Amino acid sequence: MNFRKCLVLLSVVLFSSAGDVMLSRGMKQVGEIHLKNLGSVFSALGNFWILLGVCFLLIFFASYMTSLSWADLTFVLPATSFSYVVMTLLAYTLLHERISVQRWCGIMLIVAGVGFVARGPSHTEHVAEVAQPVPELTKPGFVEANK
Amino acid sequence: MRPLSTLYTWSAIAMVVFASTAGDILLAKAMRQIGDLGHLRQKKGIFAVVARVLGSTTFMCAVFFMAIAFFSLLVGLSWADVSLVAPAAASLTFVTNAVAARIFLKEDVDRRRWFAALFVAAGVLLISH
Repeated sequence: MNFRKCLVLLSVVLFSSAGDVMLSRGMKQVGEIHLKNLGSVFSALGNFWILLGVCFLLIFFASYMTSLSWADLTFVLPATSFSYVVMTLLAYTLLHERISVQRWCGIMLIVAGVGFVARGPSHTEHVAEVAQPVPELTKPGFVEANK
Repeated sequence: MRPLSTLYTWSAIAMVVFASTAGDILLAKAMRQIGDLGHLRQKKGIFAVVARVLGSTTFMCAVFFMAIAFFSLLVGLSWADVSLVAPAAASLTFVTNAVAARIFLKEDVDRRRWFAALFVAAGVLLISH
């Protein structure tokens, strides 16, 4: 895992947590959506916080797609779940929210979960990928030059 | 919370879980087909990456399911507190994604990844209460 890949995973963590907070704030302003009037869910897109949240979530989505292009889904999802820890710690430090023992236990479980995947490989080697010849190795003269 | 309201809320959560799992699996499949986006951008530029991604049918199906998940989440948020809907949907999605990735993407979900998915799912539930 190089620096660029770590940066992409960090971007997934930061933009997803900030985007979710903005969506939540926006939906509180929009109010309840009733079953009879499901179309009003589209009017929520006119809210400033919803729009800003959507912009942040678009950046998150681009980073998420990039990470999935070189890592397994079952690696990326737990690895980026660190966003829940970031959100809770931000609430504790910036908003001075009280964090219960139960929440600290939740944070420790998530950190342990992230630790589990971080110690393992990020990508499953499939038979077809392993069998693919590496172009440089098949160039004429390569084998002779490296004998 | 009234029984009917509870039913509505959990129906929305179930819809979010199903649609986000389908979206994640399809997106991972599309990205695997396209290859490393960073390398592709370095070789052919950002427009080639955008064209390649938008030209993928699997990607479009993934976006469709993610849009369903997004609007189901908005509806769910309007019926119940974010502290119930978001963590419940997220924690269940970790488990369903691990099962679906093993079945549909043939990922090597070993004991370490199962533990990670279950620990994170439990952690998210604890954080929300």
